Amino acid sequence: MELTTLEAVPGKTITRHLGLVQGSTVRSKHAGKDFLAGLKNFVGGELKSYTALLNESRAEAVERMVAQAKAVGANAVVNVRFSTSNIAAGAAEVMAYGTAVVVS
Amino acid sequence: MEGLIEILVFVVLLAVGWFAGRASERRHFRDLAEREAKLRALLVFNERRPPADQVFARGVLVVGSVVIAEDYFKRIAAGLRSLVGGRIGVYESLLDRGRREAIVRMKQEASELGATMIFNVRLETASLSEDQSGRSPMFSAEFIAYGTALVPARGA
Repeated sequence: MELTTLEAVPGKTITRHLGLVQGSTVRSKHAGKDFLAGLKNFVGGELKSYTALLNESRAEAVERMVAQAKAVGANAVVNVRFSTSNIAAGAAEVMAYGTAVVVS
Repeated sequence: MEGLIEILVFVVLLAVGWFAGRASERRHFRDLAEREAKLRALLVFNERRPPADQVFARGVLVVGSVVIAEDYFKRIAAGLRSLVGGRIGVYESLLDRGRREAIVRMKQEASELGATMIFNVRLETASLSEDQSGRSPMFSAEFIAYGTALVPARGA
């Protein structure tokens, strides 16, 4: 499965468009880690546990998007976009979406 | 007495934010400058189409992300600033750090793949600290930079 933010896969041509596919996941922060992050807040800087959490979430969202693309018979997803939104205190939704296509 | 303790805690937190926060910000900017210099040869574009006259072996989705939080000093300084309005310098540097860090991480991933360019790069910022009431305990935000890393074909 080829993933790209471009409109086409470099070196290949799109033979069929199969429409929008998307994957998302909602994760909440670990309470203990949240506490540590709270302490870290007094000095500021990178919150490594959150960075890791959101990276994991993004991988999961991409996986789900890829599964959807496979299900409709695609072998590539073009124009991939990511978005993160804060849906409640301590929980974030990570979404990946794009257009499923067949390339050759 | 209780009021005194509260003031003392406030002053200590403010001092910690000022000293530790500033030191870590300076260190971060130095570190960023160094890594950016190393990755300078890798070009980043937000154009949608790669150049047609070059042959690429493959395009790979690359992502860089970071969650960055304010310190106590920044919080208070920003709070005071918003009483009179205007430019909030303490947040400008924070957001700048976050975005540059995300871009550097994305470039790092691309350079490990042997890419020479990254096309159609998108930058996203998401605030993570707000709850539904709109009040935030401490400001933190996620920055992502993503794009398509183009690996040149062999011999091209």
